Amino acid sequence: MKTYLPLLIVLVLASAFGFWWKLRQGAIRSNKAIPGHRLDAGVLGEALGSRATMVQFSSAFCTPCRATHSLLSQMVIAMTDVKHIHIDAESHLELVRELDIRSTPTTLFINKDGVEVGRAAGTPKREQVLAALAAIK
Amino acid sequence: MSEILEKPEVRKIYIDARGPRFSASLTTIVLATALVTHNVWVLVAQGLVFLIGATAGPQFTPYGVIFKKVVKPRLKKDAPTEDVRPPKFAQAVGFGFALVGTIGSLAGAPTVFTVAVGFALAAAFLNAAFNYCLGCEMYLVLIRTFRK
Repeated sequence: MKTYLPLLIVLVLASAFGFWWKLRQGAIRSNKAIPGHRLDAGVLGEALGSRATMVQFSSAFCTPCRATHSLLSQMVIAMTDVKHIHIDAESHLELVRELDIRSTPTTLFINKDGVEVGRAAGTPKREQVLAALAAIK
Repeated sequence: MSEILEKPEVRKIYIDARGPRFSASLTTIVLATALVTHNVWVLVAQGLVFLIGATAGPQFTPYGVIFKKVVKPRLKKDAPTEDVRPPKFAQAVGFGFALVGTIGSLAGAPTVFTVAVGFALAAAFLNAAFNYCLGCEMYLVLIRTFRK
């Protein structure tokens, strides 16, 4: 006895989710920061950028992390006031929990005071990164 | 290149990133068949594929072998590579669903079968169509919840 209804339901729901997820990947969202939380050199192990810092959380177990790292580290070469800091999520689980990081790569965009102004899950697009950085005073 | 990505355990095995996606397409077809026909043996067969993928690695499943012998030679030589562990973990998740579905069916709970196969199918379809890796997305959430 054949029934196509479960298959139809699964495909429709999965497709809807797939499109939604695809849209959100790499998008820089500014509503996920933990209020009052600041990141500083002590926590990150390196000094912040003089204007902005991109803190990328990666894991060894993560395919898009390499692409994100390549993109961001290459972009900051030309920027003297922006730094790219790379953090291993698995060895910083406390920080991961504090910041409510759910997946890798997640890149936090923080200002010179260590306040998060936006974050991107997945690999962001170059234009999005430039726009987000330009908005940090 | 950052030291994290150069850690010795990371450099272990890299596979052609297109292989798991191809396997996900075949998996989608097999699971769709299981869902429509409500046939537990189709699920068992797929479960065995998942088991091989989870233990030995996705490149050793029948789908992986087909990819290597039939599909890969026809693709661009320049292969995007990826760490084998996320796809391996994803296969383990698939095996979990297949096991639950099989037990459900054999224990006379057809709804359990449908739901389990439905989830496994959704995961395979998302991977094949959108390159979404459910196992990868779950991994960090799992370790931050359960690891000290």
